[in-house]
Formats: sequence, C-alpha cells, structure tokens
Amino acid sequence: MQISGAQMVIEAFIAEGVDTVFGYPGGAIMNVYDEIYKQDKFEHILNRHEQASVHAAEGYSKASGKVGVAMITSGPGFTNAVTGLADAYMDSIPLVVISGQVPMFLIGTDAFQEIDAVGISRSCTKHNYLVTDVKDLPRILKEAFYIARTGRPGPVHIDIPKDITAQMGEFDYDIELDLETYKPHTKGNPRQIKKAIEAIANAKRPLFYLGGGIINANAAYEVREFVQKTGIPAVETFMARGVLSHDDELLIGMLGMHGSYASNMAMSETDLVIGLGVRFDDRVTGKLSEFAKNADVIHVDIDPASISKLVNADYPIVGDVKNVVADMLEQVGKIDKDKYESWRETIINFNELHPLTFHEDSERLKPQWVVKRVGELLGDDANISTDVGQHQMWAGQFYPFTRPRQFVSSSGLGTMGFGFPAAIGVKAASPEKTSINFTGDGSILMNVQELMTAVEKKIPVINIILNNNFLGMVRQWQTLFYDKRHSETDLSVQPDFVKLAEAFGGIGYRVKTKEEFDAALKDAVEKNVVAFIEVIVHRMENVMPMVPSGGSLFNMMLLEKKGDK
Amino acid sequence: MTEENQRRVVSVIVVNEASVLSRITDLFSGRGYNITSLTVAPIPESKYSRLTIVTAGSVRVIEQITKQLHKLIPVLRVYEHEDMVEKEMAMIKLPISENLSDINTLCEAYNGKIVNAGENTIIAMVADEPKRIDNFLKAIKRYNPKEIVRSGAVALER
Ligand SMILES: Cc1ncc(C[n+]2csc(CCOP(=O)(O)OP(=O)(O)O)c2C)c(N)n1
Ligand SMILES: [Mg+2]
Repeated sequence: MQISGAQMVIEAFIAEGVDTVFGYPGGAIMNVYDEIYKQDKFEHILNRHEQASVHAAEGYSKASGKVGVAMITSGPGFTNAVTGLADAYMDSIPLVVISGQVPMFLIGTDAFQEIDAVGISRSCTKHNYLVTDVKDLPRILKEAFYIARTGRPGPVHIDIPKDITAQMGEFDYDIELDLETYKPHTKGNPRQIKKAIEAIANAKRPLFYLGGGIINANAAYEVREFVQKTGIPAVETFMARGVLSHDDELLIGMLGMHGSYASNMAMSETDLVIGLGVRFDDRVTGKLSEFAKNADVIHVDIDPASISKLVNADYPIVGDVKNVVADMLEQVGKIDKDKYESWRETIINFNELHPLTFHEDSERLKPQWVVKRVGELLGDDANISTDVGQHQMWAGQFYPFTRPRQFVSSSGLGTMGFGFPAAIGVKAASPEKTSINFTGDGSILMNVQELMTAVEKKIPVINIILNNNFLGMVRQWQTLFYDKRHSETDLSVQPDFVKLAEAFGGIGYRVKTKEEFDAALKDAVEKNVVAFIEVIVHRMENVMPMVPSGGSLFNMMLLEKKGDK
Repeated sequence: MTEENQRRVVSVIVVNEASVLSRITDLFSGRGYNITSLTVAPIPESKYSRLTIVTAGSVRVIEQITKQLHKLIPVLRVYEHEDMVEKEMAMIKLPISENLSDINTLCEAYNGKIVNAGENTIIAMVADEPKRIDNFLKAIKRYNPKEIVRSGAVALER
C-alpha cells in the first residue's frame, strides 16, 4: 500500500510502540503534524520550547527505558533542540528526534528557515540522516530506533524535507535491517572474564566503581547480586545513583568532585577497580595520574572507545554489562567474601572520620535538609529530576535512592533548564510515582515556560526551588577560588515564584521553616497539581566535600567541623 | 606507554554515502586529532570507499582515533597499519628549460617521468614512498617548480 512520508513516520512510531511524542510544530513539519492530528495511537505533548521537548523525551526515556521521541520543525525549531541532542549524547540516552527541513528543491538556497541541520547535529548525535528519497524513509526510521537503543545508546536525528513527507511510497516495516557496519559487541570475552574473576579473587582491597551504563543496560539487579555475593564495597557515580539501594551496607556513596570522603578515599586506596559501565569522567577521577594510583583496573563497557581512553584498563572487557555480570556471577564461587573484611572496616572508619553530612542552621533552612526531608517523606514513591548547580549535587548526595531509573539529571553536559521538562517526561512515563524536580532559582527560569505544558496536560510535576538567590555553584567557585568576587552570580532580583506558578494555572508555595515545608509538600502531593515550592535556603552554603578541579581525589576540601567557624 | 607523537597511517573502509567524509573529518577536528593527508576513492564493484589518513599522535591518541572511527555507523573497518606498502604521487609544473633530460632522469629515480610538455611549461609526475617524495621535492627545487601537488598517501597492508 502506498502512503505518504508523513504517514510513514506515524506508522513507524506505532510499530515501535511509541506512546508519547514531545514536540512543537512549524512549516516544514506540518505534513507530519497533520497526520498526528488524525491518529489516536499515541499522545503528543506540546512543550513550549523545542529544547524542552527533547529534555522531556530524555526524561521519558530515562524513566521508562524506552526510546524517547521528539519532533520539531526546521531552522529555529531545530537549533532550539540542539542542546537537548547534545545532552542526550553526553548521557547516552536513546532518542529519535525528527526535524522538518525545507523541501529538497530549496535545500542549499538559504531558503526561509533552512539550516544545515545534519551538519549541526553530526557532532552531538550517535547518528543522523537527511532523507532524500521517500523510498528510504521506512528503513531509516527503523534503523534510527535500532541504533538509538542498541550498543551504547544515544540520540539519532532524522531530518526530513517537507516534500518527502508529502510524497507517496511503499511502507514495509518488517524489513530485515542489514547494518553490516554496525554490530555492537554484547558478549564479553570469556577468557577476559575469567582473568578478571581471578584478579578479584586475588585482590585485597577491591572496589566496585558503578556507572550509568548499568542503568542503560538494565543490569542493576544483576549488579546488586554480584556486589552482595562478593562482599566488595562499591562507589557510584552521579549517573549510577539508584543502582544500589541507599541502605545497601556495601554502598559507600558517590565518588568524584562532590563525592563522600569515604568514597574518594576508598578509590584512592583500592588495589583493584572493578569499573562497570563507567567512563572515567574528569568530574569523577580528579587528577588522572593520582586516580586509583595503586590499583589494577577491570573495565567493562559496551563502548570500546571508552576503554583505556583515560585510564589504562588491565582487564578490558567489551560487552553489555548485563551479560558480562551474568557471566561473572557464574564464577562468583571463586571469590571469598571474608577476605575483604578488614578492607570493609577501613572504609567504615573513613566514613566515621568524615561522614557525609551538613550543619543545621537556626535561622534558615539548609538545602541538604530539604533533600533529605523529601527522601523521608516520599522516598521510593518519588522519581527525582534535577536541574544543574549546587541543588543537583545535594540531590545526588542526600536523596535516599532505592532503585534504578529513579533519578534523572543532566550529568555529562550539565544543562541548566533540563530538570523541569525532564520531570514532565518522567511523569508521562511513570504516572504512578510523584515526579519531583529539585531546581535552583537560576535554572528554573531556563525552561519556566514548561509550566504551561504541565498545566495543560495535567502532568503534576512538583518543582522544589532551592532558592539561595545565587547562581550558587558558580558563586561557590567564586567564593573559594576567586577571592569572593561574586561576578554576575547574585540573583537578588527575582520573580515572585508563587505568582509565577499561579499565572500559568499551577500552585505556588513559599516556605521558610521545616513545618511550612512539610505542609507544602503534603499539600502539593495531595492536590496532585503542577507546583512550585520555593524554599528560602541559606545563601552561602557550599557543596562539600569538594575536590578542586584538577586536584587529586584524596585532597578534598571538607565540611568544617561544627564550631570551626 | 610512549607519549611522543608518531606518524601513523590509518585506512578506513566506509559505506559510500552522502556526508560520510564529513563524519570522519568532523571527528578529527572535534576531538583535536590532526590530519596530515587524506585520500578517498570508491572501492571498485562494492558499496564501499576507502580512505587513507595520515595522522600523528601518541599511542593512546592513535588508539582512540581508531576506536572513535570504528564507532561511526557507516565505518566497516579500520586498519592501523604496522607493516604496509605506502605510496604517494606528486605532480610538478616546471618552466621549460634546457635541463629537460636531467629532470627526466631525476623523475625516473622516483618512479616518474615527464607526462606533459606545453609551450612554456612541462608537467612531471613521480610516485613513491612519502618520505622519498619529500626528498624528490627538495631535489627538484633547483629547477624552479611553479606548482606542486601531492596526492596524499595510500597504503596496503603487506
Ligand atoms: C545552560 C547553562 N548555562 C550555564 C551553566 C553554568 N552553571 C552551572 S551551575 C550554575 C548555577 C545554577 O544556579 P541555580 O540554578 O540557582 O542552582 P544553585 O547552584 O544555586 O543550586 C551555572 C550558571 C550551566 N551549567 N548551564
Ligand atoms: Mg541558586
């Protein structure tokens, strides 16, 4: 049967089981929007900015494990979406993003709303396509979904000229994909796995270094079993929060620039790093030459290019973490749990020396308290998103995560404005959980228009604005490293966040005390509406511990002991 | 592991499709790798093209280059040559002079000859290892070449 290019897009979505599309229409994509109007198989959510559409698709994908889908028009629609593509690329989030393009006969003429979209997206997507023949469209759509979700996942961009969406062609989605040049390795090499197990059995102070790849691979429960059966302590990256439950005795905490003292010390003292789905990001390792200096390294990752990129792997294993850990579990009997008893004690001592904590203040709420309190009140019932800044790090440090896919945050790119639209996507994917976005007074304004999206579609995201009247994270660096010259970070002039939420039809709260906070959160959860809870917090609080940029992990600035001040 | 920059020749087999070359050059520029020379042509009777890239970097960088190239979806294979036969071609435009036979002899020493003679200029070509092409170009200097074009290297594993 002959159908139009626009219909092919719809049919492909249906065949892929897409139930939600985030997007924003415009001239070049109108043929597809016309078909969206006619169908009832999936929902379209109109964000109020294309960047937000892509972030929402990211949030949706993170929470559901499915490929997120966004749709935008040519020119400014596309350029608005680029930050989202880059964000998804850095965090390996599977997306298919479809953009309209000017008709074929106008390409290259500087036509209205023409931009070289594939030229721009090339460096921030896993792959991209400019469709030049409607005959190719079914295959390209199918390839795009396949490439996005397999191997190391990532965003795939398809740019479709307007005339192609109008042309008719045969639609057959049952085609076998023949991707001779793309065959991700998913099975780990058995010899390497065996050697790795031997290395673990021989190590005295081994340490799991758990990364976001575990969540992408849906391998958290295998990893939990592996950790538990080996009795080996574990640190998580920011991306891996929720792989282990916060109350797992073997979980030391988060490592890196704002990692806990015990985590960073464990990494500095270990003799064998067992890296699973990690990429040795500079925010994690600090000074590379001092990172896990006395350790051998096992590195399991789906992406061969991640292995030995920054830190040489003594036991490189290319494969899907889920498969590799399953293979390792078969040989787990060779590992003697009791052997690491004194190592575990060492770590407990680290933790007692400098636990991850904060000091309460009698006058103003501390932002860390707010995060902890949400954890106490909602815990497992909430999915957590964040924006970027201090509040993001506090969320990573203090929220009691219990499961994978509970936490969504812009990690690799650090995109302010990510949190609210991502939380909309999270809520769309998992409506049974409360969707909380921890945000800052700076970040929330970068996609504040999403109030309209959330209110219109009745997607009750609760935004907790930790208001310190500062671009806090930048202010912290200025305080510490620029002799307190707070250049352009003071946000004393602010909107009325309560009225702002109300203007869009949401609900707003401004709270200054613990009691007010509890009441506001309770009310927002009960009313089940889009909310801003603005929490007035201590202005000068710093995120601690902190490894100064480029410093060694073991050289941390620590929380001052009470009374030091 | 040596951190010194070494010259390396990498061959890449890619699907012969639109924009595949920019994927490769974007990768080099985006990740700060350098390209000394690059040649590309379709492989006969296939849907693939072969690129030969001469690059330089530390062992770690070269390893990354090969891995990152491999990650590109249309890349079928990447050879980082160890033991190869490598050739490059050069053409030189020279003013007609009484040294024609000297020039011809010089070219012959580098697998070449005079391939075109016009009213005022001649064109000579040579084909040899890139190192030897360097030498040839030094030697030919004294005949005042007007234009020089190098093809960039191509290589085959032995
Ligand atoms: C789009 C974007 N612009 C700039 C930055 C740099 N930046 C990182 S954190 C930060 C401050 C964020 O302020 P706020 O949202 O109030 O969070 P806080 O640190 O105060 O908790 C800035 C400006 C960024 N990460 N993203
Ligand atoms: Mg702030």
